[in-house]
Amino acid sequence: MDFSFLQKYYGFFVDGTVITLLLSFFGVAFGVLLGVVFALMKLSKNKLIKGFSTAYIELIRGTPLLVQLYIVYYGLPRLIQVDFEDLTLGIVAISLNSAAYVAEIIRAGILSIDKGQMEAARSLGMSHKTAMTSIIIPQAFKNILPALGNEFIVLIKESAIVSVIGIHDLMYNTDTVRGNTYKPFAPLVVAAGIYFAITFTLSKLLGILERRLRAGDSSI
Amino acid sequence: MIQAFDLKKQFNGLQVLKGINTKIEQGEVVVVIGPSGSGKSTFLRCLNRLEEPTSGEIVFEGNSITSKHNDVNRLREKMGMVFQQFNLFPHMTVLENITLAPMKVKKLSKEKAEEIANSLLKRIGLEDKTHAYPNQLSGGQKQRIAIARALAMSPDVMLFDEPTSALDPEMVGEVLEVMKKLAAEGMTMVVVTHEMGFAKEVGSRVLFMDEGKIVEEGSPQEVFSSPKHPRTKDFLGKVLS
Repeated sequence: MDFSFLQKYYGFFVDGTVITLLLSFFGVAFGVLLGVVFALMKLSKNKLIKGFSTAYIELIRGTPLLVQLYIVYYGLPRLIQVDFEDLTLGIVAISLNSAAYVAEIIRAGILSIDKGQMEAARSLGMSHKTAMTSIIIPQAFKNILPALGNEFIVLIKESAIVSVIGIHDLMYNTDTVRGNTYKPFAPLVVAAGIYFAITFTLSKLLGILERRLRAGDSSI
Repeated sequence: MIQAFDLKKQFNGLQVLKGINTKIEQGEVVVVIGPSGSGKSTFLRCLNRLEEPTSGEIVFEGNSITSKHNDVNRLREKMGMVFQQFNLFPHMTVLENITLAPMKVKKLSKEKAEEIANSLLKRIGLEDKTHAYPNQLSGGQKQRIAIARALAMSPDVMLFDEPTSALDPEMVGEVLEVMKKLAAEGMTMVVVTHEMGFAKEVGSRVLFMDEGKIVEEGSPQEVFSSPKHPRTKDFLGKVLS
């Protein structure tokens, strides 16, 4: 296979990777923030709040990311009469999507903690909020780390879909290179290699973090 | 100190407490005994509203715990609780377990909270476990730490929910020893237990519960030596033989 096109076109891959990383980073960050909110809403005793969160999660999980992306891309600027950068809209779509999955992961993590933990915290006079932030969530976080890592990796890969709305991410730029060089195949191999390098690094980093967190409760 | 008025609790149509009336005085060690499913744990858990009573009222130091107007968190600070399953926080060291609530709830400084924790650890003889994690401890040690954790809030009353039921037999003694010391120091205690020896030796009053009601109550002497109610006789006949 001939990779000599890289000499001339490597800049496209570098720029595309930067955009993909940006998209993934903000997608994960906002996805987690929103996910925590939706998870807590779904655990709420208030039927309205719980219902809203449940409906949101079901809707997002039940429709394709591509459709959601188009809806955000064409709908959001019209809805609030503001022009956004394409990249911003891409991040919004991805975060909104990720939030639903993250919410379910976090909810399961919180429910996995023995209810005696909440009772012990409350019996000491802690408010529900303090008990959640000091006792329940730190323990839940440790349990959900593998599932959360999986979601991050899915998100990084799925972010390739934003190329359809013209965001110059790694996938989009790869297509550009394919067109310019009349090489349909080799640039895809490069793109695949870069995606894999990103996700593999992340998965290793999460592995280290997981081992660190587990170190605290190593039993003898 | 604590008064319960016609306390009732229903779980999905099942009447677990059928109207409990009792009064716990300062300095008393009230031991609650009775067969499984008699509602003793539910009664105890209603006292600090870990279980929401269906009806009735609980008054603690003049404040209604069941009233929506009172901040239940403030009242719970004054009621320590010890659980059958210890419920230590597994992601924290022993010291952090004990200092967390004093720091978060009472807003004590870290130094002050640790000073209290260290003196409590000394009292229960576990000062060498200060920096251990709960899963490095035996059951008896865990329960002693759980008692210290509750005491760190300097409560006015301590509630014990079958504190020795999840322990291996050889560890029951060390936990009861701590509880006896506590009683001797004048702590007001409500203890749900199957340890009849403890009830006889330390209890100032025994409540016998069956089917959601207090069937009989009196001094350990009265209840154990000359039970009046046939249910009490039957139960004691089974557990003491």
